[in-house]
Amino acid sequence: MRWFWIDRFEEFIHGVRACAIKNVALAEDYLDELSPGHPFLPASLIVEGLAQTGGLLVAQYNGYQERVVLAKITRAKFHSVACPGDTIRYETTLDDIRNDGALVTGRGTVGDRPLVDLELMFAHLDERIADHDLFVPADFLRMLRILKLYDVGRHPDGSPLEIEPHLLEAEAAAMGLGSPQTNL
Amino acid sequence: MATTNEEIYEKVKEALIDALALDDDEVTPGATMVGDLGAESIDFLDIVFRLEKGFGIEIPRAELFPEDILQSADFVEDGKVTADGISELKKRMPFVDFSRFEENPAVQDFGQLLTVQDLCRYIESKVG
Repeated sequence: MRWFWIDRFEEFIHGVRACAIKNVALAEDYLDELSPGHPFLPASLIVEGLAQTGGLLVAQYNGYQERVVLAKITRAKFHSVACPGDTIRYETTLDDIRNDGALVTGRGTVGDRPLVDLELMFAHLDERIADHDLFVPADFLRMLRILKLYDVGRHPDGSPLEIEPHLLEAEAAAMGLGSPQTNL
Repeated sequence: MATTNEEIYEKVKEALIDALALDDDEVTPGATMVGDLGAESIDFLDIVFRLEKGFGIEIPRAELFPEDILQSADFVEDGKVTADGISELKKRMPFVDFSRFEENPAVQDFGQLLTVQDLCRYIESKVG
């Protein structure tokens, strides 16, 4: 099942900030189902978009070695609705990150119009919950490539973000390549 | 500048109000975190975050949540903590009053023990 609630990263600074856009399209089935005749993106999926943007910022911080899950929406205020044709910009800032999890502030806008302000708490799952990955590494890297994370990804000093070696190796193995390929 | 107990209480109160969406007057020293204030397990992560940040300390999980004792065959029998287990709990958590728990030390009731005052005493021991 596809569960992409962001379309592309516009900005990604390791340990600091991640911004992504989501285009709201009439072709998406659920839009009309919730409110027939008056399609809009449900608030829960706006939260999911910010959670995906911020969650990847949190996960990338530790090289995807932690299993990051959205644990709590500590604060959320919705200002307006997002309708077909709108492009939502999700901006997330990493406020705090520790062994057990992280706190992220998120904001959604459509042009100059505020859409949502919220705070999300992410948890790092430990082995008491489960000991397997949440994603298949090769599929996960494919998703990050589709989202253009490494096209825009930077360290705070401006140097480009490198793809984590364990993801490249998993991708190469899955594709039957002799060695990891950075540009695919 | 040392943090006074009054300052600690106010900061702990603020962290609880933010994490649990409480009114100012709902937080009292004797209020239990789970029973009176409605804290759930995910709220404890939120509370620990805010306390670590607010006081600049590290809160190792085992110091507030002694799961290793509560799940150990050495310290638990038929769902109740043994005398050895209670002794371990007292050593691990000297800031908690276990007298009520000792009357019926059921593991499932342990979560109901911790009060706001216990949390303050714990913080005092970390920053003092």
